[in-house]
This record gives sequence, structure tokens and C-alpha cells, in this order.
Amino acid sequence: MDIPYTVLPRRDTGLYNAKLGIWLFLASEVMLFGALFSAYILLRVGSYPGVWPHGILNVPVGTLNTMVLICSSVTVVLAWAALKANDFAKYRKIQLVTVLCALAFVCIKSYEYYDKFTHYEVVMKDGRVIDGHLVRKEGGGQVVNGRKQPPEFIVLHGVEFPAEMKAAGMAKIPLLEAIEKKSGHHAEHKEFRVAWSDTTRVQNYGPWHNTYLAIYFTLTALHALHVIGGAAVIFWIWGPGAAMWKTDPERYTNRVEVSGLFWHFVDLVWIFLFPILYLL
Amino acid sequence: MSHQAPAQSHAAHAHDSHHGGGHHDAGFWRTYIFSTDHKVIGIQYGVTSLLFLFFGFALMLAMRWQIAYPGKPMPVVGALLEGVLGPIAAGGVMTPDLYNTFGAMHGTIMVFLGVVPLGFAAFGNYLVPLQIGAIDMAFPRINMASFWSFLIGGMVMFVSFFIPGGAAQGGWTSYSPLATSIPTDGQTWWILAMVLIITSSLLGSVNFIATVIQLRAPGMTWMRMPFFTWAQFVTAFILLLAFPPLEAAAVMQLMDKVFHASFYLPTGLLIGGQLADISGGGSPLLWQHLFWFLAHPEVYVLILPAIGMVGEILANNTRKPLFGYRSLVYSVLAVGFISFIVWAHHMYLTGMGTRISTFFQTTTLIISIPSVIILTCLFLSLWGGSIRFNSAMLFALAFLPMFGIGGLTGLPLGFNFSDLLLHDSYYVIAHFHYVVAPGTIFALFAGVYFWFPKMSGRKMNEWLGKIHFAGSFVFMNLVFFPMFAQGVAGMSRRMSDGGVSYMLNDMTADVLGRLPKEVVEANIGISTAAFLLGVAQIPFIINFFWSIFRGEKVTSNNPWDATTLEWQTPTPPPHGNFDKPIKVYRGPYEYSVPGAARDYLPQNEPNRS
Repeated sequence: MDIPYTVLPRRDTGLYNAKLGIWLFLASEVMLFGALFSAYILLRVGSYPGVWPHGILNVPVGTLNTMVLICSSVTVVLAWAALKANDFAKYRKIQLVTVLCALAFVCIKSYEYYDKFTHYEVVMKDGRVIDGHLVRKEGGGQVVNGRKQPPEFIVLHGVEFPAEMKAAGMAKIPLLEAIEKKSGHHAEHKEFRVAWSDTTRVQNYGPWHNTYLAIYFTLTALHALHVIGGAAVIFWIWGPGAAMWKTDPERYTNRVEVSGLFWHFVDLVWIFLFPILYLL
Repeated sequence: MSHQAPAQSHAAHAHDSHHGGGHHDAGFWRTYIFSTDHKVIGIQYGVTSLLFLFFGFALMLAMRWQIAYPGKPMPVVGALLEGVLGPIAAGGVMTPDLYNTFGAMHGTIMVFLGVVPLGFAAFGNYLVPLQIGAIDMAFPRINMASFWSFLIGGMVMFVSFFIPGGAAQGGWTSYSPLATSIPTDGQTWWILAMVLIITSSLLGSVNFIATVIQLRAPGMTWMRMPFFTWAQFVTAFILLLAFPPLEAAAVMQLMDKVFHASFYLPTGLLIGGQLADISGGGSPLLWQHLFWFLAHPEVYVLILPAIGMVGEILANNTRKPLFGYRSLVYSVLAVGFISFIVWAHHMYLTGMGTRISTFFQTTTLIISIPSVIILTCLFLSLWGGSIRFNSAMLFALAFLPMFGIGGLTGLPLGFNFSDLLLHDSYYVIAHFHYVVAPGTIFALFAGVYFWFPKMSGRKMNEWLGKIHFAGSFVFMNLVFFPMFAQGVAGMSRRMSDGGVSYMLNDMTADVLGRLPKEVVEANIGISTAAFLLGVAQIPFIINFFWSIFRGEKVTSNNPWDATTLEWQTPTPPPHGNFDKPIKVYRGPYEYSVPGAARDYLPQNEPNRS
């Protein structure tokens, strides 16, 4: 007593059950990411003119990550094709590349996240804004009444913006370009040693910093979870689950195909994410 | 490897169930708790959702006490609530915070943990594979995962009552920034529970669609599928595509709540008179769009399985084919499609603009066309039938006018100009409860009475069933009908004191914006009727448990002389469902065929040549 069409396709639909299942699942995934993309559009269109940040992500790193994912999309197909041609050893080699690409993607993404979480915007009491990466914290850190004390000084490497920009609600990147154009040379990046007592606000570039970063972190984190989940399944089929190749090769090949379909979807989402977050 | 015999023939495998004895002694845990059998999962869903329905009803009763007698300690349960929930129920009195909690959770529980799991998941799981002649769902283990995800989500929702600050208070719609800025953790728990429930519904809907597409028995063409299966099929598509946007919305609200992002929080938001320490730039309308993108199709998720069940029961008990089977199928498909483009009729008052309002008003009125076709076909099915008035049929018959009232009173809400007056009033409460409570829940009761003999091998008691029906019918209407009048008189739906603070005591005062005394005092009658509605469910509860053990045993596998395949199985159906290979020869409702020996021809009965 078995459920029909688990391995071989039903004649009138041309699909085996799992393939139909994954396509349906992907349809719902389209709606999930579609909702978040809509949110991106709505937030961006609804933002005040000039406030939506541009160019705060590292485009070369993002491009590299895009290449890594496209590469993995190719290998996941080649691996499946190798199984179809009954070449298990070749499948093993190629699919390993897929998993390594996924790993590389997550590592590069983590580096980008780290970069954002160590990137601070410090608003001084005199209205100046210092924007830069954290070099070190000095003093503080001891726990008093269960609360961690702030450091006495923080050292940042970055640039300084005049007090007027905050009042005007301007985005930093256009302002930086304007400063550079006016002075005719590269805006000075240097180290700032700031006393905590001189600041009114110290905030890093997390999702709380602005709605652009909020949607950036939400979209990319959800996407990264998909990468990790997809890679885990592909790896499981590649490694511990490979015993099935001996007992039921057709079904094993189907599994590789279905996980590959999911992987393509994950890549496709990134193909949309990259331009809207990094380039536009 | 590609030359394996195509051993996937359905008949061959169904036949194997005789020999596949290994599945029958899988042990207690695998058979009843962590089962992958669609029928056990259906019953698990059924029992869980009936419990949640009861719980949601109890929350409502507590609220009705507060509405009728604001500020007075609750009898009997007041001390209990204070003991369990602490200062939020101080002195056994329902505080506004507790009222908000119960209100939010009543809606959430009734919709997401009560009616949808009962109508779609419980009946769907049990019946869809049987009706299409399959031995199980396409993905039995995913089916099990769906139930457990649902159960854990329900538990998280339930446990959130007992965390400090209590459960969510932002209404079942959880509008931001209100829901985000309430300083308790209830909303966070609500979101987490919803994510689990959405996961469950996703797994379930993929399974249903794949099952219907892939596992139909030989001869079960699309136009031979029972109407209930069609309704489930469309419902599954709605769940598959409408729920993910709510999941996205919930994730963003979680980001707002936990990571202090500002997806839904506008610049310059004041909370308690203080400028909120947020980055701002978010859009409160975004939440409403994403929420209603799910929550309007969700209405059809609530109603379509119910309509499907009513169709089955009507055809069986009138002993004639459903009127306009094809029209019904196409109408259900049309409803499914159009349900995705009507959502913003919940948002006429948000200031989103008259053009958008006009668009959604138009689509809203368009969707009423297939809905009316469905209801008309069901009414016409009664014409000339020799009707058997058993409990199932009574509930199914009552569904028709109740759903009719619910639908027709929706029209003034669909027009944006009349909605401006009625929005957020008790009129809205009455309207959607007529659809869901006397409508859908009556259909669900009808389903329980109708399919109980197949699930248990015993019939439910008719006498108790009829008492249950009479009580439910009378008190449901006494509860909800006066609310139309209250709403038209301007009573807002979200007041924790039932409108007393707006009551007009003497006519010399300024009457503008005030409620006539009779309108407010109608609350006492409504609350009494609600309590009696609870009493009217006692015969059902007794009947349900008594009949499991002592009910009249069925003498055949097909006690209602029905045509569809779920009645052509042993009773109750074993693991694997059918004891013989199933092949379908005819449509689902061949009742009273001229010249036939009996007044029904089962779908798997071959044509006599």
C-alpha cells in the first residue's frame, strides 16, 4: 500500500508529487517575498524627498556574492544532470561546489552585516554628526545595578558632517558628495575620539537606524535563512541521505531535482534583491 | 533504472491494503498521536479546533458580561480569573486591558484556531482523500507536521494569556502603531504563534492541492469531483497565496517590536504624549494592506468549506442532484480569484483616496455575483426534493438564510459612502458574525452530524440534535440581530463598557454623538441570549460523547444512501481507506435517476450495459 506517483510522474499532469509540491511551495514563497518587495516600494515611495539612503552598501562585495550564487545555480543543475546520466561520482564533486558556494555566500553576507553593526552614527550635543566605523571603546563596560555602563570614550574612523545637515533631514551620502564637490578633494576620513558625555545619540546601522536598513536586514536575513535551509537540505541529500542512491536511484534523483528547484528560487530572489538594495 | 514497471497504478496499490498488515500494528503513539494517516490527523484537528471554539466562546461570554453590566464583578468566574490572571482582573472585574485582551484573542482564536482548522483542516483532511478515492494525502508526513505546527502555535497563543501583561491587546487585526506600542509582550507572542499557524496552513494547503491534482482515482475527472472537494481545492489555493503576505507583515511587526525598526511607525509618532524614540519613516497603511490582503480572502477560507459541506448535505437529503453543479464549481473558482482583489474595502476610512476606494468598491460588488450564484443554486436544489429533515439537514437548511442575511447586509459595507457611517460599529459585528457564526458554524455542525457515522460507526442522537438545533437557531439570531440596530444607532464596536459612557440619559442634554438608552440596554438582552446560546450547546456536547460510545450503530457503510466515495469504504475507514480498487464511473450526485433500481447511484458503481 503506497501512495501513487511518489517517484514516477502521473500521466495527465506529467509531474511526480514532490515536484508539484515544491512548485506550490515556491508559489507561496513568491507571495512571501512579493509582500516584502511591496513593502520596500511603499516605504521608498512614501519617504521624504532626499532621505532614502543611497550607496551605503558595498557594491563590489555584493557583486561577488551575486556571482557566487549564480555559480551555485549552475552547479546544482550540472549535479542533477550528472545523476540523470548515472554518474554518481561526478554528482558528488559538483554538488559539493554548490554547498561550498552557499557557505561562501553566508560568510560574505556575515561580513557585510558585521560591517553595518560596527558602523556608527554619533550625534554630538553641538549638533555635529560623526559617521564612521568603530575602532575601539575606552573605559566603561562595568555592570552597575544590572546595567552595563557605556564606555567613556569611543573612537571612530569616519567623516564629520556639519550641524545643519541634521536639521535639514538630509541623507549623508549626497551630502558627502556635495562636500567633496565643493572642496574639490576627497572628504577627509580620520579618527575621532569622542567623549560619551558629549553625545546625545550613538547608534549603529542596524534595522533600528532607518527604514531602508530595516527592509535591508529583513529581506537579506530572510533570504539568508533560505540559503542556509536550502544548503542544509542539499548537503543532507549529498551526504547522509546518499544511501538512497543504492536503493532507489530514481527517487534520489528526484530529491536532488526538487532541492535544486528550491535553490534556483533562492538565487532568483537574490537577483532581485541585489539591484534594489545595492544599486538603485 | 528507468525501465521499472509503472507500478503506480492506483488500483493495484489500494488493493495491497489487504496485505500491508504492517501498518495496522504501528503502536499507540504512531497510530493516534504522531499519526500520518489523514483521517487521524483530521480528527486531531477536529478535536483541537472544537476545544478552541469552546474557549473562544467562553472569552466572548466574559466580554458580554462586561458589556451588559460594565464594572460589575463577574459571577462564578470572576474570582478564578483574578486568581489566574492577577491584577488585570482585579476584584473579578474586567478591566479595559483585559477586555482588549479577550477581544483580540476571541477574534484570533475563533478565526485561526477554531473555524479554519475545523472547516478546512479537520473535514478537509478526513474527507478529501476519501472523496477522490485516494489512500491518503500526497505527503502524509508533511500533513503530520502541519498539525503539530498548528498545535504548537495554538499553545503559544494560549500560554500568552499567562505571561506578565497578558496576551495581545491590539485587536485581532493588530493594527500598528497601536499593536506595536502597547508596552507588553503579548503582541510578540501573538506574532510568533501566527508564524507557526501560517506555517501549518502552508504545509496543509500544499498537501491538499497536490493530493487533489495527483491522487484522484481513475475516472475521477475534474467535473466528477464532489462539490466539497472543489471548495476545499479553491480554499487551499487561497491559503497558499494569501497567508504569506501576512507572514511577511508579521515578520516586519516583529522587527518593529523586538528590534525597534520602524516599518509601521511614522515619523513624529507620539506614544503617551512623548515623541517616540524611533527612526520613523514607516507606514501604518502598509500593515493594513498586508493584513487585509490575507484577512479578506480568509473570509472565503472560512465560508467555502462550509458551503461545500452544505452542498453535499443538501444533495443527499433532498435525494436529487445539486442544482447547477457546474455553475457552483465555476462560481467557487471565481470567488477564489476575485477574493484577492477586494481587500481594501476594509480600509475606506484610512484616507487612502477615493480612486482606490472606487476600485475596491467595484470589485467587492463583483464578487457578490458568484456568491449569489452559489447561494441561489443551493436554494434551487431544494426545489421539488423529498427532503429528509434530520439534524444535519436542519443545520444545513438554516445555513442558507443565515448566510444570506450575512451576505446581503455586507452590501452597505461594500459601498464606501454607506460604509463611512457603519464602519467599526456593531453593524459590522452583526454582519460578519452572520456569515461566520450562524452561517459557517451551522454548516460545521451539519458536517459533524452528517459525517459522524462514518468516523465513529454510530449515529448521533436525532432528538438531542434537534434540541441543539432549535436552541442554537433561536439564540444565535437573538444575539446578532439586535446588533444591526445598535450599529445603525452608532454604537462603536470597541468600547469596553458597552457604550454606557455615551448613553443619553435625558433629552435636554446635547444629543449629538450619544446613544439612546434603549440601544445600550439592549446589551442585557443580547448577553442573556449569548449565555443561553452556550446552554444550547450542552445537548451537543452530551450527544457527541454519548454517541461515540452508545450511539445507534450504523447497519451499513452508507447509512445516508449517499453517492460520493467516502461512503463506499468500510466504517470507520481503515488505514489505506478502501477495501477494493476504486474506479469512478459517474458524477457525484446521481440521486433519483429515472429507471435506476435505487434512488442513488454511487460514483464507483459501473454502468450496467
